[in-house]
Amino acid sequence: MDALIAEFPRFVGGFLGTLRLCLFAAIGALILGTVLAAFRVSPVPPLRFVGQAWVTVFRNSPLVVTLFIFAFGLPQVGIVFPTFGGNAFFWPGVAGLICYTAAFVCEAVRSGINSVPPGQAEAARAVGLTFQQTLGTVVLPQAFRTVVPPLGSVIIAMIKNSAIVGAFGVTGELFSVDAGNTALGYSALSSLTGVAIAYLVITIPAGIALGVIERKIEVKR
Amino acid sequence: MSSVLYDAPGPRARRNTLIFTVIALVALAGVVALAIVQLGRNGQLDSAKWGPIFNPGNQYFLAVWKSLGTGLLVTVEAAAITLVLALAIGTVLSVLRFTSTPAYRWLVVGVVELLRGLPVVITIYFASRVLPELGVKLPPLWYLVIGLTAYNCVIIAEILRSGIAALPRGQSEAAYAVGMSRFQVLRLILLPQAFRIMLPALISQLVVIVKDTSLGFLVVAGFSEFVRAANTVIQFFGGSEGINLPLQMYLAVAIVFILINYSLGKLAEYIDRRSSRSKKAVADIATPPVLVDAGIGRGAD
Repeated sequence: MDALIAEFPRFVGGFLGTLRLCLFAAIGALILGTVLAAFRVSPVPPLRFVGQAWVTVFRNSPLVVTLFIFAFGLPQVGIVFPTFGGNAFFWPGVAGLICYTAAFVCEAVRSGINSVPPGQAEAARAVGLTFQQTLGTVVLPQAFRTVVPPLGSVIIAMIKNSAIVGAFGVTGELFSVDAGNTALGYSALSSLTGVAIAYLVITIPAGIALGVIERKIEVKR
Repeated sequence: MSSVLYDAPGPRARRNTLIFTVIALVALAGVVALAIVQLGRNGQLDSAKWGPIFNPGNQYFLAVWKSLGTGLLVTVEAAAITLVLALAIGTVLSVLRFTSTPAYRWLVVGVVELLRGLPVVITIYFASRVLPELGVKLPPLWYLVIGLTAYNCVIIAEILRSGIAALPRGQSEAAYAVGMSRFQVLRLILLPQAFRIMLPALISQLVVIVKDTSLGFLVVAGFSEFVRAANTVIQFFGGSEGINLPLQMYLAVAIVFILINYSLGKLAEYIDRRSSRSKKAVADIATPPVLVDAGIGRGAD
C-alpha cells in the first residue's frame, strides 16, 4: 500500500476531481432528465416521441460509444467543445455523461408521476382545484416521494459511470490517478486499491444515506 | 398516455394540443434540417463516408462488416461467458447469504456491498492490471470477463434476494412445516420461484453486461471486440484512404448495440407481462419489486 500513503495528495486531488465532474454531470442530467420526463408525459405527441426516442437511444447504447461520438464524431461537423484546464475531453465527457444519465433520470421521474393513483387527481379536480393546484399540492408531492429512491440510485450509478469518463481520457479525476502512480513506478495493486477505496468512500455512504431517506419518505399505500 | 395529470380533453384542450403539436413538429423539423445542413456543410454527407458502412454495393462494405462481425462475435462471447459465470456465482452468493448463520453472514454482505459500490470499469481495469502483476497471465478476453463477473454476480445475487423477499411468506412456512431444511427450502421452493419472477430483471441485467463489454476496449490492452474493430476500421480509412468517418462508424456501432439491447428489453417486457398474467391465474405470488413500471433505472448500473 506504499502508493496510497506516499501519493495520498494525488488521491485526494483525484477524489475532488471526480466530485467536480459528477457535480456538473448531476446538475445537467437532473435538469435535462426532468425536461425529457415532462416531454414524455405531455399531451403533445411529437414531444412524447422525442422523450421516448431519447430514452431508447441512450439507454441501449454503451456510454463509451456515446462518449466517442461526442469527442470524435461531433468535431467532424464543426461542433468543438472548449478545453477545461487544458483537457479537451472534459466537456465532451461531461456532455456525454449528462445525455446518458438524463435518459435514466427521465424514466425515474416519469414512473414516479405514473405511480400516483389517478383517483388522487380526480378527487382533487372533484373538489374544484385548478390544474396548477392539483399538480402542485396533490400529484407532485406524492410523485416526489416515489421518485427520490430511484433517482438516488441513478445518481450513484452516474458517479460510478464517471470512472468511464476518466478511463476515456479526462484527467484530474480518480481513474487518472493510476496513470500518475504508474509513471512513478508504483504497483498497479497498491495504486488501484487506493482508487477503489476512494470510489467506495463515495458510493457506500451514499447508498446508506439513500436507504435512510427511502425509509423516511416511504408512502404507505 | 398518463391519466393522472389530465382529464379527458375537451374541445379547447384538444385545440391547444393541436396547436402545440404543430409548433413542436415545426421545431423538430427545424432541428433536423439544421443538423442536415451542418452535416452537409462539413462534407459529412459524402457517400465516400457512408458507403463503406451502409451501402452493400460499396467495394469496402463486405470487408468492413466482416471485421466488425468478428469483433461483434467476441463481444457476444464475452457477454455470454459473463452471464453464465455471474448467474452461477450470484446464485451461490444468494444461497450463502440465506443459509449462513449471522456470525459469518456479514462476510457475504461485505463482499456484495464492496463489489456493488465499485465502478465496473475499475473492476475490469483491476483484473487486467493486477492479475498479470501477480503472475496470472490470461488471454485478454478473460480479464474483461473476470472484471464484469465480479461486478455482475453481486448484482444478480441482489436481484435473486429481492425476488425471494417478494415471495409470500406462506411459501417458506409451508416448506418448513413439512420438515424441509433451510437449504432445501431455498433450493426446491424459493429459488425456482425467485428465478421465475425475476427473469425480466435478469434479462435487463444482460443488457447492462452487453453494454459494459465495450469497456474492454477502454481498459484491457490488446483486446479486440466490437468497438475496437470499429476503431480499427476508422484508423484504416483515416490513414491509407484519407477518409475520416468516425461519426458514421460510431453511429453504426450505436445502432447495432441499440438493436441488440432494444430487442432484449422488449423480451424482458414481454416475459414480465406474460408472467404477471399467469400469476393472477395460478397463485397470488407478489409482484417483483424491481421493474414495477417498465424498468425503473433499468441498465443504470
